[in-house]
Amino acid sequence: MKVTLTINNSNRTLDVRPDEFLLDTLRRLGYLSVQRGCDTSSCGLCAIWVDDEIVLSCTYLTVRATGKSITTLEGVRDEAKKFTDFLADEGAEQCGYCAPGFIMTVLAMEKELINPSEEEICHYLNGNLCRCTGYKGQIRAVKKYLESKVARGEGRWLQ
Amino acid sequence: MVTIKEYIAPKTIEEAYELLIARKNNLILGGCGFIKIGSRNINTAIDLCNLSLDYIVENEEEILIGADTTLRQLEINNIIKNHCGGAISQGVSYIVGVQFRNMARVGASVFSRYGFSDLLPSLLVLDAKVRLYKGGVMDLKDFLEKKYEKDILLEVILPKKDGIAVYDCLRKSSGDLPIINGAMFKGNNCEYVIAIGSRPQRAKLAEKSMEALEYGASIDKVADMVVDELHFGTNMRGSREYREEMCKVLIKRMHDKVGGYHDR
Repeated sequence: MKVTLTINNSNRTLDVRPDEFLLDTLRRLGYLSVQRGCDTSSCGLCAIWVDDEIVLSCTYLTVRATGKSITTLEGVRDEAKKFTDFLADEGAEQCGYCAPGFIMTVLAMEKELINPSEEEICHYLNGNLCRCTGYKGQIRAVKKYLESKVARGEGRWLQ
Repeated sequence: MVTIKEYIAPKTIEEAYELLIARKNNLILGGCGFIKIGSRNINTAIDLCNLSLDYIVENEEEILIGADTTLRQLEINNIIKNHCGGAISQGVSYIVGVQFRNMARVGASVFSRYGFSDLLPSLLVLDAKVRLYKGGVMDLKDFLEKKYEKDILLEVILPKKDGIAVYDCLRKSSGDLPIINGAMFKGNNCEYVIAIGSRPQRAKLAEKSMEALEYGASIDKVADMVVDELHFGTNMRGSREYREEMCKVLIKRMHDKVGGYHDR
């Protein structure tokens, strides 16, 4: 099937199979930040935005994304950079394999939640599994990132 | 591995139904979260995205939830959050992660009648009905007993009622499938409704037990009655014996939570 996808604000017209999933399409087009993990909707490594909603590209049929706006980590480099500095400072990046999906989810959370408590942050990030260690460093990084935005007058108050 | 020969997003429900019944291996797409679990060959995958079934609306008597509504919308929508204490929103919030819930659809979740569903116990205690394209409106309770037939679930109907419902579950880790789950409703006249799911069979009402609770039986006695009334089984998440014991714990916890409602 011929489909036109809007990926990171650029239109791409291509042939896809009806059973092709966005993870495969995006990787074949060179968006390599989108990682394959469980491939069964469980781990969050492949998280991207479709129409600004965070979804799992491993089970999102490509044909269903026709006419929608797809965003990968490559499309939000500047926003992501601000957060990844905090991830590095907190030693939270580990092997880095889960980082793209995790970063996309944190940026989605920032847009969606107002004034999130630590419990709400943890709940929102529940679908992102890290294979290396625990999540303490990641949560510290998220909190410090949100606090820094408040300090710069860019963010919303953190409890 | 999943293969799909053709993808169609029909413009009308009639067209969707005709496509569905045209071949045995034509099926309606839900959120596709579980599509890669197991192997299947789909001839025509039918997407309901053009049928305007993505809604949560209310009137004086009912709340209507369209089949194409996501579980995330159930979790955050104020109508659902405020309905009888928000048991539905609470139940779905445990399901995998926010990314998954942004994809998973109400219609597919209910129609598939999964044993591990975190949605069905809450819907059952709130007397939900389903509207099917061919089958018409029927109680969810009866729908869950029926054999699978090719049909299209159009919406879930929640009658408005006064009372409070709670959802509770036991799972090994956050986001995992439940070992056992359940919901309890307590109405203004101290009437109770109890449903237990992930037994590991699909959720079911414990009708004799809830009647006993209404007539003043102690919660310890009722918890034992629920275990006698419903059938429990063993799978990789837990044994029958473990589920039976944990069911009693859930019943008591939920009873504590709804406890003082009639005194308010």
